[in-house]
Amino acid sequence: MPQPQSRNASRDLGQFIAGSRREFLRIAAGLAVGGALLRSSPFAHAGTARQKRKVIVITFGGGARDQETFAPEGQENIPHLMSELIPQSTFFTQVVNRGILGHYVATASLATGVYETVNNFASLPPEHPTVFEYFRKDLKRPPSDAWVVAPSNGFNRIGESNHRAYGSGLGARVLLPKHLLAAAISGSSNDFGHLLRDSYETPYYAPELRGNEFQLQQLERILKLSVDDFRTHALTLSSPDELSVYIVRQLMRQEAPSLLWITMHDIDVAHAGAYSLYIEGIRRTDRLCSEVWKTIQSEPEYAGKTTLLILPDFGRDSDDDSGGNGFQHHRTGDALSRTTWMMALGAGVREGVVVDRALESVDLVPTLGSMLGFSPALAQGKLVAELS
Amino acid sequence: MLPRDLKPELFSAYPPEARKLVTSSIGALQRLPLSFVPSLLREVVDYDFRFPAERKAMENELANLGSISAEQTQDWFQAFAQIHLSSQLEQIDWVNEPAQFVEQLSSHLWTTHQMDLFRKAATEYANRLQAAVPPEAPPVSRLGITVVGQGVTAHDGPLFRKLRPHGAYFKNLKPENGLKLLLDAVATRAKAHPVAYGHWYIDGGQPVDHNPALTCVSYDALEPVRSALLRKMRSEIEQPGMGPEALRTHLARMSPADLGVGKAGDAVLDRFQVKLLTEGSGTQIFSTAFAQWAAREVLRRAQPLTLLVRFAPRQRQKPMNELLSGDPDHPDLDLIGSLIDADMGAYYNWLNQQRLPGAEQASFLVWFEGHNQAVAIAPTLPRGTESTTAADIGQVLSWMA
Repeated sequence: MPQPQSRNASRDLGQFIAGSRREFLRIAAGLAVGGALLRSSPFAHAGTARQKRKVIVITFGGGARDQETFAPEGQENIPHLMSELIPQSTFFTQVVNRGILGHYVATASLATGVYETVNNFASLPPEHPTVFEYFRKDLKRPPSDAWVVAPSNGFNRIGESNHRAYGSGLGARVLLPKHLLAAAISGSSNDFGHLLRDSYETPYYAPELRGNEFQLQQLERILKLSVDDFRTHALTLSSPDELSVYIVRQLMRQEAPSLLWITMHDIDVAHAGAYSLYIEGIRRTDRLCSEVWKTIQSEPEYAGKTTLLILPDFGRDSDDDSGGNGFQHHRTGDALSRTTWMMALGAGVREGVVVDRALESVDLVPTLGSMLGFSPALAQGKLVAELS
Repeated sequence: MLPRDLKPELFSAYPPEARKLVTSSIGALQRLPLSFVPSLLREVVDYDFRFPAERKAMENELANLGSISAEQTQDWFQAFAQIHLSSQLEQIDWVNEPAQFVEQLSSHLWTTHQMDLFRKAATEYANRLQAAVPPEAPPVSRLGITVVGQGVTAHDGPLFRKLRPHGAYFKNLKPENGLKLLLDAVATRAKAHPVAYGHWYIDGGQPVDHNPALTCVSYDALEPVRSALLRKMRSEIEQPGMGPEALRTHLARMSPADLGVGKAGDAVLDRFQVKLLTEGSGTQIFSTAFAQWAAREVLRRAQPLTLLVRFAPRQRQKPMNELLSGDPDHPDLDLIGSLIDADMGAYYNWLNQQRLPGAEQASFLVWFEGHNQAVAIAPTLPRGTESTTAADIGQVLSWMA
């Protein structure tokens, strides 16, 4: 039988961590508490601005715990978030995922605003319309205006649901950088192996990874990258997420989509049970988030009109839950594995605010709808008032 | 089928001792909800191959279920009974394949958003069981030892940060003969308190000479088994339709014989070692993950009186396909990464030891092998303190007694 669990203790710990994190942030960055700021929306006069507004979502994944990120002992792992991004952000200390804690299905839930139940390991589309479909259909945006950059493991279907009122042809374009690289290096050297790391959800499972002609066309036609240039640059990178951010920069320069969704995944190496690799993944993701923010500032198409949202898809199991094995997995469903954070910064976001009430993961889509001006009719989350 | 339909003949495929145990408790099982019974059977079906502590726990649990009244049973299992199951689950042969049922149940609970309900029900049940059948105190206070940092010549980063608040941090230790002193101390305990599977030595690499009274598991000794397993995994991965879940199920069904183990060995230990590799995640490729998971499982299952865990360097991270097919004779090692893994692993070893009966009397020592840093946690030592005393490991052990 399952071992005794201390559910209340876990919840108390979660509340304690959230509380201490908030206190730290307020002291460190001179942040205000968000409750008093609800009455006036930063988007109240944003009708015209919405037409030009861009939103980038980064899932800080896959799966990071408080104690390795924003809890006092974890802050050394996220120097860029702490020193560069937090002071410019509205920070939400408690984002609860009440759905299935698998990376694909959780990302699908974030993208649809509904707790999806699709098989985490099957190549299936979400069952409910995605944020990309709402965005494109309501605002009559072209396919080039909504993109997803994601790891390869099953995320190729994340851009578009199979919902009959939306679905086919209305979703986001999906770029899978590892597939691009696989196509570019087809039949050649082993020098790129570190960029093609496989899923660690089950660390001994290596999904088939093949590139094809279509991938190469994307590379040259859309990203304006020659195969040689791509290969040369890829040699300087150290992980799949670094490859993703490299592709993101190219995409921002060449296509400048208004809605861009980046799914990071390096952290999920934790499933292999090596703590140092998990921490390395967090530190790399921290740096990459900063790099994306700097790119936003430096690209004319994005500077001054882009809102960046960063949030983990969920946490990982608590050390205190005897049913799990600490950081390694996210299988217990305990409070800490469900509770994470979200950071919003950029256009329309107040700087230096901490919001300590609990949100849910599914609240993201309605909030994006309010920011960009579309109606996510079937999303089940609630609007985040501080961002709407 | 539902539990009320259970009959003794349904358990004919169970190993003999498991069959005897479960058929003597059929009346109690018939009164329980389906959301509960297969989880119990998953443990019982392996009864013949379980450690003494696990056998005792199963016997106590079944005896307790047989002793409580029908009204009490209803009260104890009300939360489990409220969990909605599908008809597909009822059709699974959960008597003979309880593990497969539990796997499907887990998927069902997540999909139907009932996982929290199940967790609450399981927690309440476990608490009640613990109150009704309190676990026995160990015959001698437990001692856990973890040795980290093998092969690291220098490390400037802080170590043992999670453990220091719980004990005394020694930073001027004399490291000479440290490992031998530890193994001698462990052997002395094994001789003084001879208990089957009571005293363990886990090594993440090649084990050093040790007293045969210790039950020893090591990453290097299991190399032929790991290689056989990785070959089978590579073969399975290439099968059409094979995905992570199917592969996991396939691995969980493997027996020692499937991997060439167990012709003349200890059947209980053989099965335990194979499960470390088929059920653990990362244990096949990273020695640090192996040592931590092995310690976790030894503590959870065997409830040892003494456990010495020595971490060894793991291979450097590579693409998973290369890790699966890499050259075992010439691994590229990550010494500092392994030290950081082991530092966290030591903390987990202590946490898992503290989950066992007698935690308040238990002691724990973690040492940076070949160096002068250690943390000792014991009822006799003050918490959150530092010592610059130039003591050797034998002296520190004596202060912990």
